[in-house]
Amino acid sequence: MADYPLTAAAIKNEFKRAGIHFVVALPDRVTSHHLLKGLLADPDYKVVQVCKEDEGVSICSGLYAAGHKSVLMMQYTGFLDSINSIRGIAVEGKFPVCIIVGLLGKEPDVAPAQSKKYGVKIIEPICDVMGIEHHLIERDADTPKIYSAIEKSFASSSPSAILIGREPR
Amino acid sequence: MMKRDEMLKAFARRRKDEIVVAVYMAAQEITHISPSELNYTFVGAMGQGSSHALGLALGRPDKKVIVFDGDGSLLMNLGSLVTIGNQAPKNYVHCLCENGCYETNGSVPLPNAGNIRFTEFAKTAGYKKTYEISELGEWERKLPEILNQEGPVFVALKVEPGEAYPENFPRLYSLEHREKFRQTLAKS
Repeated sequence: MADYPLTAAAIKNEFKRAGIHFVVALPDRVTSHHLLKGLLADPDYKVVQVCKEDEGVSICSGLYAAGHKSVLMMQYTGFLDSINSIRGIAVEGKFPVCIIVGLLGKEPDVAPAQSKKYGVKIIEPICDVMGIEHHLIERDADTPKIYSAIEKSFASSSPSAILIGREPR
Repeated sequence: MMKRDEMLKAFARRRKDEIVVAVYMAAQEITHISPSELNYTFVGAMGQGSSHALGLALGRPDKKVIVFDGDGSLLMNLGSLVTIGNQAPKNYVHCLCENGCYETNGSVPLPNAGNIRFTEFAKTAGYKKTYEISELGEWERKLPEILNQEGPVFVALKVEPGEAYPENFPRLYSLEHREKFRQTLAKS
């Protein structure tokens, strides 16, 4: 594991640093095995499992209104499926929803925009056109961007997308 | 069948310091009938009221959260019943304003209108107690029990339009009101 580029522990550490207790999630093949299952087993986190990703956008918003920070985990397919809620609630409604998006099928060390996978290739341009800040996480060295993105989202009351480019182990 | 505004007025007479999440027509009406900084109308997309309310209920388990949802709205987010049933927040009261149509969008009937038992969905999803109420007197009588019941509670309210209230969409989505809501809740 020592030479594997991205670990679930490094991502979890960033959640902890950012003061996250609530994780709202739908299983994503990129992150479910090591990260989500680890969060489910960790008493420091309250994982709210949802049936559809747009529910999660709203739950995170309700949690924010109640004074809590949270993150929302989903696969890129769920991101595409919940675009209207992200648009209406997080972007236009200015709720600080931090979305952890697994880029299933992205080739290792290939920029998402260069991916041969159509669904992966369009994620960053969609974020750009919606004005959503996005950050690619492929290595442990990238993970401090998670803390910064969460902090910035909550400080500016705006959404962010943290794109997980390979399976964390 | 109850007039929706009469139903909301009966609730307003019993309201203490509960958070109220309301969508569409109920949201327009609640701001007139029961004005409060704890009215949450910033739902942002159709179907999402029940999920915003879940976030509020989980984040503030000490506060009762009452959502006035719509039947067309709930059909857009039916899975939220399962999510809510699974989380089982004791402070969650889900009131469904059942009018059988998309009232805001031209009163077009819902698919299979009149044949859907939303209380059966809620029971199966794990709500602890469900009610079906179609008369104002029954709503008034049962309200104390409903509001004191351990949740999640689901109440299907058979309603029709009552008096018309001025629509104020900017108020429903106002950032200023949302921030007032956050500040009021933080102090409450």
